[in-house]
Amino acid sequence: MKNAADTTASPNAFLPAFVTGQNTGSGGGWVGATVFIALLVGAPVVFVLAHVFASSGGVWEHLAQTVLPLYIVNSLLLMLGVGAGVMIGGVGTAWLVTMCRFPGKGILEWALLLPMAMPAYVVAYTYTGLLDFAGPVQSALREVFGWSSARDYWFFEIRSLGGAIVVMSLVLYPYVYLLARSAFLEQSVCVLEASRTLGRGPWQGFFKVALPLARPSIAAGTALALMETLNDFGTVHYFAVDTFTTGIYRTWLGLGEPTAAAQLGAVLLLFVLTLVMIERVSRGTSRVHHTTARYRRLPGYQLTGWRCLAAQAFSFAAVFLGFALPASVLAWWSLRYSTVGLDFLPMVRNSFLLALVAALAAVTVGVIMAYAQRLSPTPMTRSAVRLASFGYAIPGSVIAVGTLVPLGFIDNALSGFMSERFGVTTGLLLTGSIVALVYAYLVRFLAVSFNGIEASLSKVTNSMEAASRTLGQGTMGTLRLVHIPLIRGALLTAGLLVFVDVMKELPATLIMRPLNFDTLAVRTFSLASDERLMDAATPALVIVLVGLIPIIMLSYAIARSRPGGKS
Amino acid sequence: MNMLLNRLFMSCLTGAALLLSTSNFAAAEVNLYTARKDHLIKPILDKFTQQTGIKVNLLSSGEDQLIERLKSEGANSPADIFQTTDVARLNRARVEGLLQPITSAVLERNVPAKYRDPQNYWFGQSARARVIFYNKDRVKLSDLSGFEGLAEPKWKGRICVRSSASAYNQSLLAGMIAVDGLEKSEKWAKAIVDNMARKPQGGDRDQISAVAAGQCDIAIANTYYFAGMLTSDKAEEREAAAKVALFWPDQLGRGAHMNISGAGLTKAAKNKAEAIKLMEFLSSAEAQQFYAEANHEFPVLPSAKRSPLVAAWGNFKEETINVAMLGENNASAIRIFDRAGWR
Repeated sequence: MKNAADTTASPNAFLPAFVTGQNTGSGGGWVGATVFIALLVGAPVVFVLAHVFASSGGVWEHLAQTVLPLYIVNSLLLMLGVGAGVMIGGVGTAWLVTMCRFPGKGILEWALLLPMAMPAYVVAYTYTGLLDFAGPVQSALREVFGWSSARDYWFFEIRSLGGAIVVMSLVLYPYVYLLARSAFLEQSVCVLEASRTLGRGPWQGFFKVALPLARPSIAAGTALALMETLNDFGTVHYFAVDTFTTGIYRTWLGLGEPTAAAQLGAVLLLFVLTLVMIERVSRGTSRVHHTTARYRRLPGYQLTGWRCLAAQAFSFAAVFLGFALPASVLAWWSLRYSTVGLDFLPMVRNSFLLALVAALAAVTVGVIMAYAQRLSPTPMTRSAVRLASFGYAIPGSVIAVGTLVPLGFIDNALSGFMSERFGVTTGLLLTGSIVALVYAYLVRFLAVSFNGIEASLSKVTNSMEAASRTLGQGTMGTLRLVHIPLIRGALLTAGLLVFVDVMKELPATLIMRPLNFDTLAVRTFSLASDERLMDAATPALVIVLVGLIPIIMLSYAIARSRPGGKS
Repeated sequence: MNMLLNRLFMSCLTGAALLLSTSNFAAAEVNLYTARKDHLIKPILDKFTQQTGIKVNLLSSGEDQLIERLKSEGANSPADIFQTTDVARLNRARVEGLLQPITSAVLERNVPAKYRDPQNYWFGQSARARVIFYNKDRVKLSDLSGFEGLAEPKWKGRICVRSSASAYNQSLLAGMIAVDGLEKSEKWAKAIVDNMARKPQGGDRDQISAVAAGQCDIAIANTYYFAGMLTSDKAEEREAAAKVALFWPDQLGRGAHMNISGAGLTKAAKNKAEAIKLMEFLSSAEAQQFYAEANHEFPVLPSAKRSPLVAAWGNFKEETINVAMLGENNASAIRIFDRAGWR
């Protein structure tokens, strides 16, 4: 058996199904379950989009005349900036640590993933605390040079579009790094040696051979990062950048106009789909295949002198700025101003439990859907799967409200029915329960787990499935005895990604949690929004520390994933 | 591996079941949906529980989110009381049909008429003043008059104020609309945008800090944030606040802009008697003293004393219109902000 962890390394492993549109070989119950799940998980998306064709009573016109152009320009610039940032950071570091040899490479291989553990809004808080006008950096500069006001000098304004681009690039580049590195690791050394033989240098080998070969992976990683960018509320809100996400939020909740907000949401979805189309069209009909399966240890370019220094500086800067610096600031604030009380422990327990249950649920549902698609790759199954993964492309703050409303409807309908029929009111069974929260997390993050599982499952050959069935196992037995053991690594990865996402999740938790129930993310946000950034450091730090566990396990799995590598 | 997973899964289920069931057994209880921060309400709720034996279950979130949740939960909502930090959202909850009127002689006696809904759908629990802060070294006191005065060109590039997404700014403009009308208020908003030292960002403390640091000369903020900075455990905040002074606006005209934090009884309330008891308790001298001391807000109960720090700022003329007006003008205010480019 091949190392199970290699199944984590598919280029499209983390991309929502509506982007990859993969298909694979028949199953009735599985399809039924999948359609049921898709309807359940897709309900909030449908609810949000159902508003699109309603009349907004002039609100849309008001928006179009006032703030809409700004939303479009800002969102586009943000996407361009973050797109460029994550590609340069992600591909550059992935290439350096995969193909070059220089001191520190061993540490960087896993350290480059660390920024994934940082919620973007927390990084935004720390950089603002450091770099804004009243922060220590500018205060020290004023002290040294004798400036007295903002008019005396120029300093980078962290709370700006530029600041948002930098911060998001710093925490999102690992998505590209992760997938690009997997792609580089998968490439056969033969093609690179052929390129060398034909007289290409290392740079040309990178640009003419390795980069085009890794393109689907890089595109997948970038698309994922850009969707996170469009989804982000905390950072842009804090940095005073008006994007679609903040606009939708303001229109729905501030102005009390769900219809106009959904219309904005539809425009946002158009953005996402356009993004996907551009990549598809530009790739054209060319396909990338690995034609040889000869692998051995990658030779690597030995870097010396300034090249070595530049490689180290570039890679360590990414880790330092994306993780080490903000984490140190958090640790410093936490030590200095910590006010940890007894109420802290239940929050840790709640966060951990929620993340665990949500991860298990997402993996279970992901397996069911992926297996159904494998057994019956019909248009119906595929549409069901796509519907279920759309939640990832809609801003969290919107999908949170979109999730709440159908739940309330179900609860009230059930309760009404029960009291009419049997004279008992059931009240709210779902709303305000842990079940509802886990459901909301599924709506948001099912795509994350499903895509990893699906990609991995598609690599299990049909002959194995056939052999198992011939030997008398049903579909359930085959899944349990053949597939699950083979894709264990991907299940772990998928579960871990969802775990970290749920730890950081804010909008759904804020609006849907039960009475007397707080999580680390809620506490962090509550303190930070009360302008007590430094008191928020301790819960934020715990989120980061817990998030580190899966990140480290993930990077360990990837390091072992190269075919023919040490296992 | 499988065994372990199974065991984990089972323990999760048990854990979830326990969490689900915690709220079902207490004898007398009241469920509070609040937009106030935990630490600004929890101590006084604990005192209520001590005195009455009624347990208070808490859900804190953003006020807009809580309204959406109340709407979706409908008649089965567990919430008995909806508490906000701004009058506009109380008004919206009333308009959406989420609240019911309370008949309580205690509340009507304790809460002055201008701080409660004319039909008793909600009651103010603390009052807040939104005022002008200025840099002591760079602003001449004689240059200041009121919010309208900040529209003058002499303040170009000198004003710091937070985003119009803040309910406090919406209510400030809503109050102005009530007095000056839509057209004049829009002109004012545009002039303020022209006079801003920077794009609106951060919260009220950030504006005061920016004045202290010299980035702007004038900040618009609520007084209790300033008080919080003056009494902060962080030396930087105390030093910053010391460079800034408070100016009571519009003292020759309509008086300083006042807003409330307050609460109403939800239409779906199951624990109505307990809820009214809690509302009455929060208007009592003891609770009002807590509001005054803990966060340096103004008690609504006329006989309650302001905190020594707030009292030292002296008496000032307050706006006299009923704060309900602020809620009614809220939507117009947001649209004006959009048109004026006040983000």
